[in-house]
Amino acid sequence: MKLMWFHLMPYTELPDDFNQKHPSVWVDIHSSLFDPKRAHHMYNDFMDELEYAAELGYDAVCVNEHHSNGYGLMPSPNLIASSLARRTTDTALCVMGNSLALYNPPTRVAEEFAMIDCISGGRLIAGFPVGSPMDTCYAYGQNPSLLRERYYEAHDLVKKAWTEKDTFAFSGRYNQQRYVNIWPRPIQNDPHPPIWIPGGGSVETWRWCAEMDYVYCYLSYYGYKAGLTTMQGFWNEMEKLGKDRNPYRAGFLQFVGVAESRQQALDLYTEPAEYFYGRCLHVDARFATPPGYTTEATQRAGIESMVAKAANTASYSSKLSLKATNMKDIVDGGYVIIGSPDEVVEQIRHVAKSLNVGHLMLLLQYGNMSKDTTKYNTRLFAEKVMPKVKDLFGEWEDKWWPKPLAKGQRAAVPAFRPQTVAAE
Amino acid sequence: MSQPVTTTVEVNGFPCRVWTKGKGPKVGFLAGLGGLPRWLPFLDKLAETRTVIAPSLPGYPGATGHTELDSHLDWVLAVRQLIDKAGLAGADLVGASVGGAFAAEMAAIFPDQVGRLVLIAPFGLFDDQEPAADPWAQRRDVLPGLMCADGDKWTALVTPPEGANSVEWPIEMSRASEAAARAFWPLGNTRLEKRLGLIAAPTLVLWGDRDTLLPPSYAQKFAAGINGGINGATRAETVPEAGHLAYLDQPDAVARAVLAHLG
Repeated sequence: MKLMWFHLMPYTELPDDFNQKHPSVWVDIHSSLFDPKRAHHMYNDFMDELEYAAELGYDAVCVNEHHSNGYGLMPSPNLIASSLARRTTDTALCVMGNSLALYNPPTRVAEEFAMIDCISGGRLIAGFPVGSPMDTCYAYGQNPSLLRERYYEAHDLVKKAWTEKDTFAFSGRYNQQRYVNIWPRPIQNDPHPPIWIPGGGSVETWRWCAEMDYVYCYLSYYGYKAGLTTMQGFWNEMEKLGKDRNPYRAGFLQFVGVAESRQQALDLYTEPAEYFYGRCLHVDARFATPPGYTTEATQRAGIESMVAKAANTASYSSKLSLKATNMKDIVDGGYVIIGSPDEVVEQIRHVAKSLNVGHLMLLLQYGNMSKDTTKYNTRLFAEKVMPKVKDLFGEWEDKWWPKPLAKGQRAAVPAFRPQTVAAE
Repeated sequence: MSQPVTTTVEVNGFPCRVWTKGKGPKVGFLAGLGGLPRWLPFLDKLAETRTVIAPSLPGYPGATGHTELDSHLDWVLAVRQLIDKAGLAGADLVGASVGGAFAAEMAAIFPDQVGRLVLIAPFGLFDDQEPAADPWAQRRDVLPGLMCADGDKWTALVTPPEGANSVEWPIEMSRASEAAARAFWPLGNTRLEKRLGLIAAPTLVLWGDRDTLLPPSYAQKFAAGINGGINGATRAETVPEAGHLAYLDQPDAVARAVLAHLG
């Protein structure tokens, strides 16, 4: 199986009384809470952590896009991915991803992803999320009733821009361009970089991923127990559509904290986990349900279904209402897997098998976890857990993984040498 | 309160419900946020002396087709068809909130289609100095108080009547909200100010004095914009003890003001 190292880049210094004094971590979080001088260090720490994960042999490093968000400091994940392309060598770069409807014209995404693919020698995974209501409809002012249509059209345009050899005109409902002809072009051109779709639990998204042969990723912050119904729904739908159970059709996000013992893990990870589930998910409910964001089919499924929880996981309001904020509930709920290496191995194998997920995206930094603790978590997982779970799904081929240039064909990137200031 | 007669017209191939009740000269009504999930005491008042015709805008309760409308021009032309097919060409027109913005567009762009005009707290403008509130980013418990001075009036509008389909009713309510958002997201600003000067119809602008969604001071901006053109007969009036959907808060007072203007 693939073990991928994901960073959300949370602002790590939200005050203790954040939830009492501020209505939301997202959309209208106050600028006075942001100290650029501290953010300088946060960004550099976070990028160090991503590079460290790559050095330790994780299959991919993952970044994603958020706007006006106190737990996600990457309005442009492409900037980070571009830097990672130069500071890593063999690791896949998973940009999870660019919210297509936010780019005008969407060919911007085709261009920037092609740049990252060229710089990295063909290591890009192209993630195309619709984007959360907070990012798209509120922070970026997109019309919720038009968002999905714009998203699907932008997808068609980006894909055509990658694959069409000649300059073409695109006459869409929302995008009209006389001359589409992107330069550069992606290295992965047979037919294009792998496309992964992070989505909620809607049947429409599952069907679309199956039809397009894309990887479906369920990026919930609530772990494998809450994610089980959704992933079962996904696999049931694949079976109905006549698709095989290749676990590499799917990706899943899971928080993990590993230490020498369960008690040590609790000691180390309680504060950052409670910081994340307390402060970072403190989102004002008024930003959860812009009208039209959730399709009528999904609404109907949510109201009608006796297993309403499955469909409801697609709606942000219910996601937000799920939340536990103390470590006992966080661990009992499966939001964060903690324990000794062997205990984590056992749980990861259980998660992978019960959800049938071949791409496991690991959050090993969360909340205000320090760089030292993050590196410890990352190293211990790589040394003691990874070797005991890598064998899973060896019988399946991952057809959705990047196909980079052969090593001999790739540019040699000189080692980074920090300049030392000569002592006077 | 007896029920209106229900008919259906098609706009762009989608059904739109038309409610008709009363006697006398025709008056059209384009409803505000939430549309008309049920018939209203306000419309009954008008129906005592006028034939009230209330077509549902695409996506509003009783109508679909909002998903076909991508631009403001699409919306304006859909409303024009709706007015024609409901038999309201040339009749007096009352529009409130989102329906008010479309009533103003009809009078500006198709002056022959509108007799006398009443705008009740219409959408269409946005003033940076006095920003309108966001109707699409509200907590459930706050929304009623933003729609009406007496929040219970809003709650009564959207509460499922006995026998309503428990699955489809909430979807219909959220569809109405989506339709309004589709036309007016994110600020309610359709640059209507550029067209107000084209309105020739004698116009009354009504505004609830407790409208916390669109500031009551916007009434003067509308009146000034309309009077800035060929029209010198526009008045603005305040409705006491009324919020954004003044016709829910004060049905009698709003109906009296409307009928006084229509003559």
